[in-house]
Amino acid sequence: MQRYLLQKAGGFVLTALLVSVLTFFIVQVLPGDPARLMLGTEGSPESYARLREEMNLDRPALERYVRWAADFFRGRLGNSWRYSLPVRELLASAFPLSLSLAFLAVGVALLAAIPAGMFMAVRPGSYLAQFTSIVTQIGLGLPQFWVGLLLIQLFAVSLGLLPPGGNNGAASLVLPTLTLALPRAAILSRFMRVGMASALQTDYVRTARAKGLPQSTVFFKHALRNGSLAVLTVAGLQFSQLLAGTIVVEQVFGLPGVGQLLLAGVFQRDLPLVQAATMVVVLLILLFDLAFDLCLGLLDPRIRYE
Amino acid sequence: MDKRRWGAVMIGIILALTVLGYFYTPYDPNEVRIAQRFAPPSLRYPFGTDHFGRDVLSRILVGGGVSLVIGLAAVTLGAACGVTLGLLAGFRGGLGDELFMRISTALQAFPSILWALLLASVWEPGIPVLICSITIGNIPNFLRVTRSQVLSIRKRPYVEAARALGLSDLRIMVRHIVPNLLDALMVQFTVSLAGAILVEASLSYLGIGLQPPYPSWGRILREAQPHAALAPWLVLVPGLFIAITVIGFNLLGDNWIFGREEALIKRIQ
Repeated sequence: MQRYLLQKAGGFVLTALLVSVLTFFIVQVLPGDPARLMLGTEGSPESYARLREEMNLDRPALERYVRWAADFFRGRLGNSWRYSLPVRELLASAFPLSLSLAFLAVGVALLAAIPAGMFMAVRPGSYLAQFTSIVTQIGLGLPQFWVGLLLIQLFAVSLGLLPPGGNNGAASLVLPTLTLALPRAAILSRFMRVGMASALQTDYVRTARAKGLPQSTVFFKHALRNGSLAVLTVAGLQFSQLLAGTIVVEQVFGLPGVGQLLLAGVFQRDLPLVQAATMVVVLLILLFDLAFDLCLGLLDPRIRYE
Repeated sequence: MDKRRWGAVMIGIILALTVLGYFYTPYDPNEVRIAQRFAPPSLRYPFGTDHFGRDVLSRILVGGGVSLVIGLAAVTLGAACGVTLGLLAGFRGGLGDELFMRISTALQAFPSILWALLLASVWEPGIPVLICSITIGNIPNFLRVTRSQVLSIRKRPYVEAARALGLSDLRIMVRHIVPNLLDALMVQFTVSLAGAILVEASLSYLGIGLQPPYPSWGRILREAQPHAALAPWLVLVPGLFIAITVIGFNLLGDNWIFGREEALIKRIQ
């Protein structure tokens, strides 16, 4: 386990460094003159000179990178240029919403996918299983924002049951959660079906049946454990991808999460904000993946020796 | 009919409409006719008109071509880079392999949408941002598929025989290894196209993709949202076209998705 832990942690540090180089390169080096880009045509020569001074643009890129990375990894994220506020504060006010959306979405998706997948595994030929399989295929192909728009049309405009957008209490999270959960439930139920079906063919399930155990015990105690491992893995991956993936849905429903913050930063050329927020999001994704890998290694010793 | 044939039919219809849109549209897709705004679907305007009175059918026909060309270009570029790197990594192994895999992991940590946001913050939003971000997003997938295939193929007796005959590395790669990759790559390519269409639509919807007046399916939806309550067809139709295209490509590459599921499950159980 120690070797596995070291290997994974070392990989994480290397990837994090590479990610910081990439982000810095795109935001600070690729545009040529970031100060000119941020000011656009409106800036006076004085404000341009001040901004260059502030961003240390006269120094070589390598020196600027080292300085920024050293600050960043010590938790100093810098200030947003347009809002004149610390990026840390802006992120702290936006993250709870995005995180709870991601968490709710994966939770709802799992609740729907596990029974659906189990059913498809047990009765593969039935009409209901075929229907579910078609529904999952469609769920995979629908654009998220379109599903969101249709749900607004149905539940907010036509039926008037739920608010069409905004961030006012739990009711306003129902539609965004459903929107995010639908395609994820589709993917998870397929993994559940394949996982359960292959678990049901294993020797130990046959033995359990041969011993005369009741069908439900074999099913829920013996097969379900192994059959749902893959689903949990994929759900973990989905959650980490959702850390950046709520952006489209935030736009549809006008929710002030991390995605909206980033998008505003992009449109206003708030480069310090974009740079820091991107790094935080990607680092969180990497950290979550690391934690998840370690949990899997802890649960399943075979994974450690790959 | 099996799934692949369904997929082929759906993609065939979309392609036919797109080609048609290149040569002929019922109306000029960008012509503004304020008197005709929000006309509901009728014989004259099969999909109605939008807030400028533009014909939605014409805009969808033209927009499809834009979405498909961007998706095709980006996935092709991503495949070219990914396959080249994957061949080098898998064939040579060693330090280069280690390096490529590390870079690929770093690239993969950014979702495609995040690439687009990063690039759009320093470039003007538009086609270059779309193509670059989708390309970068696709490189790791192709790299991994190619590398894992090469690793299994290069141990086969006929490759060893070719090497014993004294053929050069390049010749072995191009003549003996690449042809065996094509199956896996074709499937990856189709599925990636589905993903690219979805990402392009999402980015154009967010406003960092195609700029007005060019219609793309995502853009049409972005412009439709404020008027959705008044003119629901504006939201319904473009989304349907995106969905048919994505589902079609997914169905065409269906075997691959299943293959991946099974591989993961074998690894875990």
